[in-house]
Amino acid sequence: MSTPTLDKHSAALDAAENTASHTIKVTFRIRRFNPEVSEEASWQDFELDIDPKERVLDALHKIKWDQDGTLTFRRSCAHGICGSDAMRINGKNRLACKTLIKDINPQKPITIEAIKGLTVLKDLVVDMEPFFQAYRDVMPFLITKGNEPTRERLQSPEDRERFDDTTKCILCAACTSSCPVFWNDGQYFGPAAIVNAHRFIFDSRDEGGEQRLEILNDKDGVWRCRTTFNCTDACPRGIEVTKAIQEVKRALITRRF
Amino acid sequence: MSAETTSPAGASDVTLYDVDNPAPVIEPPRKRTEKTPKSTRTNFELYGWLFMRLSGIVLVVLVLGHLLIQLVLDGGVSKIGFAFVAGRWASPFWQVWDLLMLWLAMLHGANGLRTVINDYAQRDNTRFWLKMLLYTATVFTVLLGTLVIFTFDPNIR
Ligand code: HEM
Ligand code: SF4
Ligand code: FES
Repeated sequence: MSTPTLDKHSAALDAAENTASHTIKVTFRIRRFNPEVSEEASWQDFELDIDPKERVLDALHKIKWDQDGTLTFRRSCAHGICGSDAMRINGKNRLACKTLIKDINPQKPITIEAIKGLTVLKDLVVDMEPFFQAYRDVMPFLITKGNEPTRERLQSPEDRERFDDTTKCILCAACTSSCPVFWNDGQYFGPAAIVNAHRFIFDSRDEGGEQRLEILNDKDGVWRCRTTFNCTDACPRGIEVTKAIQEVKRALITRRF
Repeated sequence: MSAETTSPAGASDVTLYDVDNPAPVIEPPRKRTEKTPKSTRTNFELYGWLFMRLSGIVLVVLVLGHLLIQLVLDGGVSKIGFAFVAGRWASPFWQVWDLLMLWLAMLHGANGLRTVINDYAQRDNTRFWLKMLLYTATVFTVLLGTLVIFTFDPNIR
């Protein structure tokens, strides 16, 4: 391959440098709810000239800063790490900060609404408390017996690999709020809690696995999973959520038989 | 009807809610709290899950075999009559086949519907009564079917 030089401009590079002329008109159709004004939620359209290589979060910022300061949503890191801005974009749960406008067909209005299955407090902000309650209920912390070692707890790379996938969770709730079982019955633990239980159940350093398996063996645990795969599709971290749930089921069955 | 015509400032709802008097929010069905769900510490759901897969495998043979015999072989449905049933139930093999199919299909179907009720019914009362109806119907059908298979009299008049 030839190395790129300054005097040999490609058409794409030219276009990329002409950023000013590179915006397009996009309609964002946002589900608004403000209990201080009305009990009804309603759709509101916002038109924006925006570079399609920008993210949905940038568009929300533009709307909030330039058009309507009352638009309410959560975000913190803006780079897919904090898990604050999971929302339903064109009917699919995604992080606004990881979704490029060009990837979700900006020719048509882009719909944005709060994630489902949790109480909408205002616009895109939901009450995450039941979600975090399920998280707490699986005891997402290291449990050990005996004396603490003086140095770190060693683990082989293979043992670390066993639960690597589920360590990536950022607790955004995209998975749990995409699960039809959770939509209809909030008592179900939901995929995120199971993912975070999996992270410790399969950690060779942890000794609380039995307890966590017992918790997830109960009536609102893993057996309520219907393998819809919505969670796996939704996860912005690419975690194989359904697989993790199945691994917990298998651990429960092999433990019993 | 025409499409959505919601204007943000509908004249009627302007004065209804304000900062001190917000509208009620919509809570999700059966929200998790610190106290619910209570743990039961049984393996019921594990066995239920396993039973669905195991009975399903057996039902593939039983049901497909049943459909083949009843609807396809020997001239299809036209042959079915009292004599045909009596002839089959004269053999303990078909008695056991039908008994097994009755029990497995009924328990499998009932447990499947229990799952559906758990998934869809929201109010505790609705859940309870739907399940009671389901269990009653299941017990009745299983017992009646079993009774018929064991007490069948080919010479009935
Ligand atoms: C022919 C072979 C059959 C196989 C292999 C089979 C297999 C299964 C499996 C594996 C499930 C669990 C699905 C899940 O947990 O998500 C299921 C659910 C169910 N089965 Fe069957 N089954 C069979 C026949 C039947 C029959 C004869 C009936 C009716 C009497 C029936 C009624 C149901 C119902 C109502 C459900 C629950 C619906 C659902 O989970 O979505 N099945 N079946
Ligand atoms: S598993 Fe994925 S989708 Fe679910 S909470 Fe964690 S990061 Fe979000
Ligand atoms: S703002 Fe932090 S994950 Fe999107």
